[in-house]
Amino acid sequence: MEKVLEMKGICKSFPGVKALSDVNFSLNPGEIHALMGENGAGKSTLIKVLTGVYSKDEGEIILDGKAVSIGSPQDAQNKGISTVYQEITLCPNLTVAENMYIGRDKKVIQNWKKMNEGANWMLKNLDIPATATQQLGDCSLAVQQMVAIARAVDMDCKVLILDEPTSSLDEQEVEKLFKLMRDLKAKGVGIIFVTHFLEQVYEVCDKITVLRDGKFVGEYTVAECPRVQLVSKMLGKEFDDLAEIKENKVEEDVDIDAYVFEAEGLTSDQGIAPFDFTISKGEVNGFTGLLGSGRSECVRAIFGADRVTGGTVKVNGKTVKINKPIDAMRNGIAYLPEDRKGDGIVGELSVRENIILALQVMKGFFKPFSKAEANKFADEYIKLLGIKTASADTPIKSLSGGNQQKCIVARWLLTHPQYLILDEPTRGIDVGTKVDIQKLVLKLASEGVAVTFISSETDEMLRTCSRLVVMRDRKVVGELKGADLNQNKIMSTIAGGDEGGEN
Amino acid sequence: MNETKAKAPKKGLGARILGLSDSNMLLLITIVVFVLMYIFAMTVLGKGFLTGQGFLNILNNNAYLIILACGLSIVMITGGIDISVGGVTGLITMCCAVWLDKRGGSLMGSMLLAVAIGLMFGIVQGYLVAYLDIQPFIVTLAGMFFARGLTTIINTDPFNVTQKDFVALKDTAIVIPGLGSLNRRGVYVDATIEVGVIVAIVVVILLFFLLKFTKLGRAFYAVGGNRQSALMLGINVKRTRFYAQVLCGLLAGIGGYVYFTHVGSGSVLNASGAEMNAIASSIIGGTMLTGGVGNIIGTFFGVISLGTIKDIVTSAGFEQSWWTGITVAAMLCFFIVIQSVIIKVKTRNKKK
Repeated sequence: MEKVLEMKGICKSFPGVKALSDVNFSLNPGEIHALMGENGAGKSTLIKVLTGVYSKDEGEIILDGKAVSIGSPQDAQNKGISTVYQEITLCPNLTVAENMYIGRDKKVIQNWKKMNEGANWMLKNLDIPATATQQLGDCSLAVQQMVAIARAVDMDCKVLILDEPTSSLDEQEVEKLFKLMRDLKAKGVGIIFVTHFLEQVYEVCDKITVLRDGKFVGEYTVAECPRVQLVSKMLGKEFDDLAEIKENKVEEDVDIDAYVFEAEGLTSDQGIAPFDFTISKGEVNGFTGLLGSGRSECVRAIFGADRVTGGTVKVNGKTVKINKPIDAMRNGIAYLPEDRKGDGIVGELSVRENIILALQVMKGFFKPFSKAEANKFADEYIKLLGIKTASADTPIKSLSGGNQQKCIVARWLLTHPQYLILDEPTRGIDVGTKVDIQKLVLKLASEGVAVTFISSETDEMLRTCSRLVVMRDRKVVGELKGADLNQNKIMSTIAGGDEGGEN
Repeated sequence: MNETKAKAPKKGLGARILGLSDSNMLLLITIVVFVLMYIFAMTVLGKGFLTGQGFLNILNNNAYLIILACGLSIVMITGGIDISVGGVTGLITMCCAVWLDKRGGSLMGSMLLAVAIGLMFGIVQGYLVAYLDIQPFIVTLAGMFFARGLTTIINTDPFNVTQKDFVALKDTAIVIPGLGSLNRRGVYVDATIEVGVIVAIVVVILLFFLLKFTKLGRAFYAVGGNRQSALMLGINVKRTRFYAQVLCGLLAGIGGYVYFTHVGSGSVLNASGAEMNAIASSIIGGTMLTGGVGNIIGTFFGVISLGTIKDIVTSAGFEQSWWTGITVAAMLCFFIVIQSVIIKVKTRNKKK
């Protein structure tokens, strides 16, 4: 069969990062092809190269047997590549119909009547609950997403790219989308489907291409790649080569009465299923799961960083209300966020100011620390954590990522938390600092601090955590401890489903 | 009052109003406020507000502002701003005055000169904003200083233009039948408008069609609504922003000439603060500074609302200019608060 699209040896670098190196991808007409990979694997970059948002450094794109160069999103559209992006890329201030038709032809005059008729017909056909003349911003997110899909479908495309279109859709809407995808497939459209939901891959896809760290891992048919294997390919761990991980964990007796933090039916507006969770004094636990499985959302709900919509929480056995981060901080909870640059550091401020920030907030802004106090705190923690900085006055943005992270850790240690949440504290930092942070976590635990440690690297979690909460598709699907704490068991739990257990 | 009705079950008037797009809703508010204000002025203050000429004078005095504000509405809809239009207007009056009186140039030549100056500013500023991606505020701030500076270089002293053709054009009064009234001596006087008003109305109509019925007009809205999305939807964002800025420059040229025929003089003080009045009118007319929302008809009503409120304040005996300033400030606040309340209510309704 003639391939509709082939990408060969695609390379793309950003300053300091090689986002894609030598990636291949091919798509047959009438095929639904899943593009899988963890965060930073290069899926989005590959899509953006294909749609002309980024220009590739090397490699070629062959469309219908002809090598093409794609210069802009408009160019891609004209060549028959339509895209539905994860975040809605429509204009909320225009009408539904306009969003479906704008930017598609070169005519000067806008024929509203014809456009509205066309849009209404399309909306009815696809069963989308909206009218053509409605302002898009007034529709729900799911409807907006469906409108984006309707636009893409209406363009008679040869290649349809769906970049995580389902994250804002509910089950029925997903079903509708799948039906649509199957219809298009029958018409011979090639569909590239990017998703984090494993179930969905096995429900609609024919083939899977896996990327990892910007490299091409392989192309498989769905039948030859069961879930567990898919997960292991995405994570880059062979399923069985990790059996030798040493069982050096000391099983501590957990004192049931010493729960530092308890949550029951906790949920937030970020779409995680209500979950129960407890952690006791001196315990280190972890949340694990693929990206988008909801592990960060869980701890953000605990800290009140997202809007909590249900559930009760208890700190030291007493029911408390945590609506915003400051409530959590007053209850001795500290949270090191996943996005260091966005949510962690204040780049322009000095190391010292960054370190005392949380404590200052708790004390109140109108009672500043004296210079001497601030210096004392800063020096103490710079020494304790071995932060490499010219002085406490250096702006934090000039430090390396690892040292920045240590400053943020220092910020929270300074508040003397009884429960410390570390969300990806080791991402993007050097190996030495990683080990420092792991050691610190174990030391804090031995001093009686409860710690939640989240990392994309399973080894790290195995080394530090005595209990792991496993998540899939925004639900808690299992809890592993003791002998179950090994790579294989984690992967099979993450993968879930029927093929998951044995192998 | 709209908000309370919104809570009632659907299909009521409130829901229908809430179902309007942001642009149309803000337009509706502007028109309602203008009509109420004018009725208030007619019943309480009477005087000039009761004659047809009273209303037409608002148009005569503000024709240039209507044109400038239309230009601003377009750049603001695309998410930009242009604060050079006042300076450009001043520059045009001086250049045209010098051209007509000191160089002995023709009337037609002065018109072309005005349009050329406006276009030139539009093109240069548009290039800097759209293709070099410099903040439009900074670019046009520089443009404003440049225009004001250049005005003084061309001629320092203000003077009235005496060229024959021009004076004839300036004094041309078009009679609007049926709107005349009796003056104090009981003699019937025709109601008249200046040529500039015709130009302004033609501009308003043309731009209304441009924004509503052409792809370029819709692209202005798309770019202002979400620039990234517009790019993904296949719109040439850079070119669209460029055109918006050029169009605004062109309108500054036309508006500048209309101003020139209204005042009939060249002066560095001409049209000072006109850019701020144009922005204020545009906002009162329902254009949002954040971009993507706005309407040319609204802008028209915004300008005459602003003119009316100034007239009301002066007729009510508060001659000093600061009273006008304070009332205009209050009105601006009122409209901005209304805008944000509406957007809030709509967002809440959507989320249910």
